[in-house]
Amino acid sequence: MSRSDDIWILGIHMTKFGKHPNLDVVDLGAQAIQGALADAGVTMADIGILAAGNLLGSGSIAQQLQKQVGQTGIPAYNVSNACATGATALRTAIMAVKAGEVDMGLAVGVEKLAGAGLLGAGGRAKADESEWARNGRFGAVGPVDGRIGTESMPGVFAQIGMEYGHKYGGTSFELFAKISEKNHGHSTLNPLAAYNKAMSLDQIMNDVMIAYPNTRPMCSANCDGAAAAVVVNGEKLKTLSLEQQRRAVKVSASILTSDPWQEACQVLPDVNTLTRNAANQAYEQAGVGPNDLDLVELHDCFATAELVHYDNLMLCEEGGAVDFFESGAPYRDGRLPVNVSGGLQSKGHPISATGIANIWEVCQHVRGEAGDRQIEGAKVGLAHVIGLASACGIHILERSAA
Amino acid sequence: MSTATQIPFVEYLVLEPEPHLVAQECTSCGARYFDRRNACAGCFATDFTPVEIATEGTLRAFSIVTFAAPGVAVPFVAAVIDCGGTSVRANIINCPPDPEHVSLGMKVRLATTVVGTDAAGVEAVNYGFEPA
Repeated sequence: MSRSDDIWILGIHMTKFGKHPNLDVVDLGAQAIQGALADAGVTMADIGILAAGNLLGSGSIAQQLQKQVGQTGIPAYNVSNACATGATALRTAIMAVKAGEVDMGLAVGVEKLAGAGLLGAGGRAKADESEWARNGRFGAVGPVDGRIGTESMPGVFAQIGMEYGHKYGGTSFELFAKISEKNHGHSTLNPLAAYNKAMSLDQIMNDVMIAYPNTRPMCSANCDGAAAAVVVNGEKLKTLSLEQQRRAVKVSASILTSDPWQEACQVLPDVNTLTRNAANQAYEQAGVGPNDLDLVELHDCFATAELVHYDNLMLCEEGGAVDFFESGAPYRDGRLPVNVSGGLQSKGHPISATGIANIWEVCQHVRGEAGDRQIEGAKVGLAHVIGLASACGIHILERSAA
Repeated sequence: MSTATQIPFVEYLVLEPEPHLVAQECTSCGARYFDRRNACAGCFATDFTPVEIATEGTLRAFSIVTFAAPGVAVPFVAAVIDCGGTSVRANIINCPPDPEHVSLGMKVRLATTVVGTDAAGVEAVNYGFEPA
């Protein structure tokens, strides 16, 4: 039975990912919150803290959402941590519950991103007829994006995958495309995915090239969506119904790291060290190892990123990510299914929602409620998210023993 | 005949006598930075000294960017170069931007290119790396 200081997910909800032209960011966030509260069997009156994340909206999303779902006067935190925003919101709620300040907390992440185009890139160009003027911490006389490497996300993560290939060998355009083929195939079983069509290797490799070796379907899909979760401590959970206790999912590890200094991190974000650090802490906190996992949802913002995280999460031997993939392990019928939701490339990536949506996916499986895409007998899963530059959130979720 | 006045595109590029990059090296731990730092991100010390970076190196990672923000000319090759142990971010230039001509591990050397000329006739000169 649960210990009083254990943390549990009591309820969790993810909206359909995709285009929601008639719903604004508040509508979507409210839908996720109301879904999570209903799933938990509680109301806003039970919630002691709200943490909310939204990057591209007008600000103060937590208070905007309270006005739609219930203004109870509780502390509301607006959190921002790039693509790790959702996980950071959840972590904030968990810390408040773990600290004993509240019994129950609520976290939500929401984004409207359909049609947003390229993220991370650009910069201000010199106006014609003016004189060179130095700007920024490099003292550049013009935008550096495109002139000194790239700041676009597809290009940055392409280099991260290529660097892995340089270090360990075995990578190719085709290998990265196969990873994408896997995730697009997985998404056919996920009714909430933004895209749920399988794509052939030929289709993927011959689609529009964005940043070699990432073609368009190998990039995360910009879309709208939201996800929310209610967390509770073990003591409070014991007072709830047997059905609530049965469906509660144990948060065996909740970790957030940032990137420690590395020689090359000033020229290419290092998404490896902080993920490995987070994974080590998470496995220790949960008392499980990679071999105990039944499924993993990892941050495949690009096909090139998924490969390096097999290694960073220690799903394989160091340097063995290519062999791990080629063994068939990360396919849904493989030894350790990865991104059975379709991942960011096919399920979609409404930035702030992603770090809770990946936890929702794992919860569906360990609760045995994942429908057609259920990984049979799943008891333990890991959800991983990365935000540049840089944050890493890892949560390990376990089926209730009740 | 006078030559146009030239300035480096970024402050860490030095054009004379031969073009090269200059990093700020932490005097305590040796970490190198191309931008302005308040303290060393590795050891928190606050004293830095300029060091010249090797102009030849090895291509450690690249992407051929074919889709970019408005105003950015494509395609271009974004890369990370290992210059004698110091990682440098740059474009690969003077080389066709395709996977047949750009490969991991290839040897490259620093080269310069004129970015543009301003209203006063001053040329901004940027750096890249070309096949060695």
